[in-house]
Amino acid sequence: MQEALRFLSPGAEPVDRADFIERARQLRRGSDGSSRGLALTIRGLRKSFGDNEVLRGIDLHIPAGQFVAIVGRSGCGKSTLLRLIAGLETITAGTIGFSEETRPEDVRVMFQEPRLLPWARVLSNVEVGLGHERHLPDAQARAEGALVEVGLDEKRGQWPAVLSGGQKQRVALARALVSQPRVLAFDEPLGALDALTRISMQRLLERVWHDQGFTAILVTHDVSEAVALADRVLVIEYGGIAHDIEVDIPRPRRRGSAQLAALEGSILKNLLQGTEDTSDL
Amino acid sequence: MSLIDSLPRVGVPKLPRVDGLIPWIVPLAIILIWQVACVTGFVSARVLPAPSDVALAGWKLLLSGELARNIWVSFWRASVGFLIGGSIGFSFGLANGLSQTSSKLTDTTLQMVRNIPHLALIPLVILWFGIDESAKLFLVALGVFFPIYLNTLHGIRTVDPQLIEMGRIYGMSDGELFRRVIFPGALPSIFVGLRFALGIMWLTLIVAETIAASSGLGYMAMQAREFMLIDVVVLSILIYALLGKLADSASRALERLTLSWHPAFQKH
Repeated sequence: MQEALRFLSPGAEPVDRADFIERARQLRRGSDGSSRGLALTIRGLRKSFGDNEVLRGIDLHIPAGQFVAIVGRSGCGKSTLLRLIAGLETITAGTIGFSEETRPEDVRVMFQEPRLLPWARVLSNVEVGLGHERHLPDAQARAEGALVEVGLDEKRGQWPAVLSGGQKQRVALARALVSQPRVLAFDEPLGALDALTRISMQRLLERVWHDQGFTAILVTHDVSEAVALADRVLVIEYGGIAHDIEVDIPRPRRRGSAQLAALEGSILKNLLQGTEDTSDL
Repeated sequence: MSLIDSLPRVGVPKLPRVDGLIPWIVPLAIILIWQVACVTGFVSARVLPAPSDVALAGWKLLLSGELARNIWVSFWRASVGFLIGGSIGFSFGLANGLSQTSSKLTDTTLQMVRNIPHLALIPLVILWFGIDESAKLFLVALGVFFPIYLNTLHGIRTVDPQLIEMGRIYGMSDGELFRRVIFPGALPSIFVGLRFALGIMWLTLIVAETIAASSGLGYMAMQAREFMLIDVVVLSILIYALLGKLADSASRALERLTLSWHPAFQKH
């Protein structure tokens, strides 16, 4: 509380309202910097589909509550890595360990397609996200809370068919959030959205990550999205981690700032170099 | 802009249910033309009796109780045969849609049987069951089995695999996955099967009753033919048309009720 008041005290430098809310949210996650998220340790992870080895030995530690973006060209294995973390594929070799015992509700995935049940209203689509807890008496209240979180509570009684692409994706986000996951994996969640909707969705993702303090793993082909959102960007090439880049640009980050652009440029250069290498093969 | 355009529009009182009457304009017009053609002698009564004569014949049969009895018998055969064949077809559709083993075991056999026109079995069925009730029920059941089976199977097979994966991720049990994802996803296709089956149901029943029966609408028509009662023959045909329309409307109503989520059934 004292820390929160510091922003209001006359001696502190002036802050605008959005900035204040942002910082207050950061404080809510625990003043000691702890987070609800789970840390993740991956050792010697390999994955093959038949003769095709997609991941060739990944070693990675993700601290609790970190926002990690995974970028790479299509087919580099970034989605496979995410699906392995989410438990959607079986591991060929190696281990993926979480810092604590996990319930199925602790790890959630959001896909590029919203994957809503067309025959269920928005609210019951969100209730699906509660997993085994959806039969508890507070299920509806929790689903409503998640819809408020993504700003769609007035659509609770609608069929998914009448929603726009961005709204559907927000319902999918509410469904992923409703069980209060400790790891949230995003597989190109904004890939099918138009540019403006994508920017507002990015802000929403950043906000809920601040609010809930889960560990976020975002697979994307959009490097500017990765540097805007993530604490750390992993570049995957040929089934391995080619670069591991810390993004120590303070939040809230301004879209189009020189710092972000410079970092984006250097990551893109790395990716493009990889392409030129393959042309020699 | 003229003065009239700028005046506020006075709401014209809407006639209730006018929309619902539009589909009946054409059938009523046909009956009217038919009546005129018969009364003026353009069409001989020996070829086609006037609608009024058909109605009169219907009235007489109604008074004698014969009409109600025959309609009831046909209706009973149709529904029981439909329920038997439909539920077996639905069960096989579910089993083969959900289980690879079941599909491998039975699908080839069912596809072979499907290619036999079921009405070709009438001689065999008469030898087996005589002209008993079971003969008609067997034929109707066999007729409705295949459209229900094929469309249930197709519906289940084409449920979006991404939705099934989503259901699994969110911890749905097999039963829940079926109830919340697979069955609703297959439902539009099942309804297509249902409506095909209703058509086949009437077709089969009428043919079976015409060939081998001692009661029912088909029997009534065949008996009337022997006595040259052309008005009763026409009456039977009109009743088939009405019953068929009734069955179709019922399945459409059910469809609207259960598929209200579907964009095609949403009111704008």
